[in-house]
Amino acid sequence: MAFFLQMMLSGMMLGGVYSLVALGFVIIYKSTGVLNFAQGQLLAIGALILWSFLVPLGLPLWAGGLSAVLCAGILGFVTERLTIRPMTGQPLMAVMVMTIGLAALFDSLIPPIFGGVERAYPSVFPGGGLQIWLLSISYEYLCSFIVALAMVGFFLYFFHRTRKGIIMRAVADGHDTARSCGIKVGTIFSWVWVIASMSAMIGGFLLGSIENVSPALSAIAMRVFPVIILGGLDSIPGCIVAGPIVGALEMLAVGYGDPIMEGGAGEVMPYIIILVTLIFRPFGIFGQEHIERI
Amino acid sequence: MDVSRPCGVFNTRYDLDIAIIRTKTHWALLMGGILLSILIPPSLGAHWLSWCIETCIVIVAVLGLYFVTGLCGQISLGQAGFMAVGAYTTAILMSQTGISYWLALPSAAFFTGIVAVIFGLPSLRVKGFYLAMATLAAQHVIIWCITHPPFSKWSGGFDGITTPAPTFWGFAFHSHTSWFYVSVIFMWALIFFAKNIGRTKPGRNFVAVRDSDLAAEVLGINIFYCKLIAFFLSGVYAGIAGSLFAPYIIRIAPENFGMDKSIWYLGMLIVGGSGSVVGAIAGVIFIRLLLELTVIFGPTIQVIPVVGSYLANYLGGIVFGTVVIMFLIFEPRGINHRWTIFKSWYRLHPFSY
Repeated sequence: MAFFLQMMLSGMMLGGVYSLVALGFVIIYKSTGVLNFAQGQLLAIGALILWSFLVPLGLPLWAGGLSAVLCAGILGFVTERLTIRPMTGQPLMAVMVMTIGLAALFDSLIPPIFGGVERAYPSVFPGGGLQIWLLSISYEYLCSFIVALAMVGFFLYFFHRTRKGIIMRAVADGHDTARSCGIKVGTIFSWVWVIASMSAMIGGFLLGSIENVSPALSAIAMRVFPVIILGGLDSIPGCIVAGPIVGALEMLAVGYGDPIMEGGAGEVMPYIIILVTLIFRPFGIFGQEHIERI
Repeated sequence: MDVSRPCGVFNTRYDLDIAIIRTKTHWALLMGGILLSILIPPSLGAHWLSWCIETCIVIVAVLGLYFVTGLCGQISLGQAGFMAVGAYTTAILMSQTGISYWLALPSAAFFTGIVAVIFGLPSLRVKGFYLAMATLAAQHVIIWCITHPPFSKWSGGFDGITTPAPTFWGFAFHSHTSWFYVSVIFMWALIFFAKNIGRTKPGRNFVAVRDSDLAAEVLGINIFYCKLIAFFLSGVYAGIAGSLFAPYIIRIAPENFGMDKSIWYLGMLIVGGSGSVVGAIAGVIFIRLLLELTVIFGPTIQVIPVVGSYLANYLGGIVFGTVVIMFLIFEPRGINHRWTIFKSWYRLHPFSY
């Protein structure tokens, strides 16, 4: 029983970080209607940029963090300008293929630029852990979870209460309608990519401090897909709820499946969640079902 | 319908109207192409012969993608996974039960088709990004099934499995040259079949679903059934491609069918021009030639200090990503569109229109 609860708990803590990463996907999907397959690569690049500021340059965390957020923003801006903006007016599927191409390009560019080895951040979070009854949580997971929740809360506020966030939702609803209301859709696209890239960087930092900082972080982001499918592609509350669920299921699969399956159960669990969700509740828990008319 | 025919060429009989090959130039080019593609590669040396065999196999796999992505408009990110099903089914059937390759190939093709249909089932309720997710899941679940129990007992897990050489009336296909002839014949037959599917009722239904699924449904097309047929055909082609791949590579292992391969196949189709058979073929050849160039220039790049060795390793991916992005921005209709422009120019020459 303690083992079960322990697995659940650490899974849910990991899931908090998944929620944050999923947020990047949802922000772009909500505002531009595109599922960004290069989000994982943006995350890996962000994490590696932060590492370059912290370790080789030796900046303190606040300075390195600010510069890395800035760099991530610039990266998102440039990416959107060079590759997504020229696709305006093309079918959304073509834009999605564009992000797949971007993912392939980034995946091959990261190792030559940053090197392919695994590294670690200087310890940011306190070591050790919290002991509650039979369960233990390391402070790393706990802090990541709290940071992730804070970020999700911030974006929830941003999309529902601030002017820019509401404009973004208007753009998502219909480009032409938004334009006729006097919104500059292109500028909003830039903003969306900048914000998504920044949130990816923060997710990369958290994932990187839990695991290792390496180009392989981009593959970890692939495991976030079930979170956005389960929660609904266009739902921020969905991210918060689905993240811990997926994290817990994944850890349970690792705990109970690995001994039977000779390892790797945690890797396939996300995809099984995707398939089951798509068959039984395709638009996720909170996703909006699109009813089309001619 | 191809309207840009040379001046003075008219269809006077119904069979002329539905012919695939219409003019003498068509015939000459096609026959020349087939003959050259069969006669030249064996004399190119071992390296380029393997290149040609792999190209034939990849063309078959990408033609499968052409049905589901090109014609039916559903992005599939699982083609390499389906290819793995075909390859492993062939290898397991041949090594465990000892049946002939010529029986194993159709069974593998059919089985892969069924697997593709199973993963296409979410298309009942979803489309677009959601369906892309389902095929992405297919890719990972298939490779996981191959490498883990209970299936790893037969598939050899991460170590892979050895395929016995196929035989035909006592002749064993041990050499690459002999296997090249088999793959190129299969390739041309499947190209012909794919070209024809696009002109049949299911093919026209695919295009209708791609262009507007709501309008298609209103016209009385059963969208779900139509998408499943597209997935089945795509699976059959992937299965045949895998089946051809297994005896060529002999020892098949899961890393031959990774996620990256699926993305490459999709990229090849996009670069070629997704809605046409010629595009699929051209895309495969174009990207594979570029890859070959990066292999040739690899050692030159390796001398760059610090980043050289990484750059040489990842050059293929960099070039591939850049080419896909460039094509999507500057020529979304792919190589095929340029070829169409050239054809109409040639037919109408010396007049401009």
